Amino acid sequence: MSSNNNEWRSAAVSTGTTIIAVRYDGGVVIGSDSRASMGGEYVSSRVINKVVQVHDKIFCCMSGSLADAQAVTNAVIHKLNFHSMQMGEPPLVQSAASIMREFCYNHRDELSAGFIVAGWDRKKGAQVFDVSMGGMVVEQEFTIGGSGSTYIYGYVDAKFKPGMTRQQCVTFTTNAITLAMDRDNVSGGVVHLAVVTESGAERQLIPGNKLPVFQRI
Amino acid sequence: MQGGSACDGGSKGLKMGTTIIAIEFDGGVVLGSDSRVSAGESVVNRVMNKLSPLHDKIYCALSGSAADAQTIAEIVSYQLDVHSIEVGQDPLVRSAATLVRNISYKYKEELSAHLIVAGWDRRDGGQVFATLNGLLSRQPFAVGGSGSFYVYGFVDAEYKPSMTKEECQQFVTNTLSLAMSRDGSSGGVAFLVTIDDKGVEEKCILGNQLPTFHDP
Repeated sequence: MSSNNNEWRSAAVSTGTTIIAVRYDGGVVIGSDSRASMGGEYVSSRVINKVVQVHDKIFCCMSGSLADAQAVTNAVIHKLNFHSMQMGEPPLVQSAASIMREFCYNHRDELSAGFIVAGWDRKKGAQVFDVSMGGMVVEQEFTIGGSGSTYIYGYVDAKFKPGMTRQQCVTFTTNAITLAMDRDNVSGGVVHLAVVTESGAERQLIPGNKLPVFQRI
Repeated sequence: MQGGSACDGGSKGLKMGTTIIAIEFDGGVVLGSDSRVSAGESVVNRVMNKLSPLHDKIYCALSGSAADAQTIAEIVSYQLDVHSIEVGQDPLVRSAATLVRNISYKYKEELSAHLIVAGWDRRDGGQVFATLNGLLSRQPFAVGGSGSFYVYGFVDAEYKPSMTKEECQQFVTNTLSLAMSRDGSSGGVAFLVTIDDKGVEEKCILGNQLPTFHDP
């Protein structure tokens, strides 16, 4: 089953993707897959990390057009750094989400990227914000995004329980991304994880052969 | 509700944006569906039973264009009737699925419907066949319809081989409930049909009796 067109050569690089962030008492767990595709047919990178650190304890996940996502993320890093220097203290997660939203909303006609902003701050602790494509911001206990997220709505609705521990959240996140990668052909590769708590941020990478295996038919 | 929007249904066609599922257990099958029929943005029937009998112990689950799916089911029901008289015994589930597949494949450009065929016969017990786009594939379980995309992850994770009849019924109910809460084109009540060697059991689970999950 192959196609003979070469449209992918002129297609934009997109992170057809699966991203997820979930909050627990004490921190957040953030995860993504690692595939960047062009035209839905060519995998232009199989090891890209879509979990970007925008500040010491604030991360954001990218989805949609990779160029747009990177441009916005870099602008946010710059602005957040400046804001934090002016305030003289680490920025709030809500500030990062707000800055992200400003860019997404003001340029909503030109951009095509969605984000999840998650992290820890001293005022409200662990938070997860979903900053979707037009610039809407919603704070939630957990959120999923990207093309692969469609396939795991049922799974995360069924499996999420308030009051999970850090390890349970890591398992929840890894399972969700694996299931999405199994069904979405523009998500794949390895699972990138980041865990942010009061004491700092820790990154983790789970290679393809260590991912959970679900029943196959 | 303005009259204008209510009349849009005619041009958009009745669509069963839907969630359908069928799963096999040792000795039979369980089929499930939601009950919403939409025309554009309006719900024209909120209690439609999309599980349609093709023969005594063979049912099919309808999705896609309501007219196309119902017509295929009626034609196959007639063809199966004739076939079972010719062979002098109850038809095989595979025969029913093949008849559905033949119509879906031959008219694949004109039709827009996906039927999942499931039932019980004496030769191979419970069987589930998917006939999407004109293929014929026997599977331990199959999901279909617009709502199915949201529950692929859930069914991949939760399915275990060798589940009992009750576990299958619970699996189907949970899957339908999750899909109905996320898919705008699925909703209403859940219909379940369980077929085994003893007979056919039809059940309807009302909206407020469906299992609830995390609702942000």
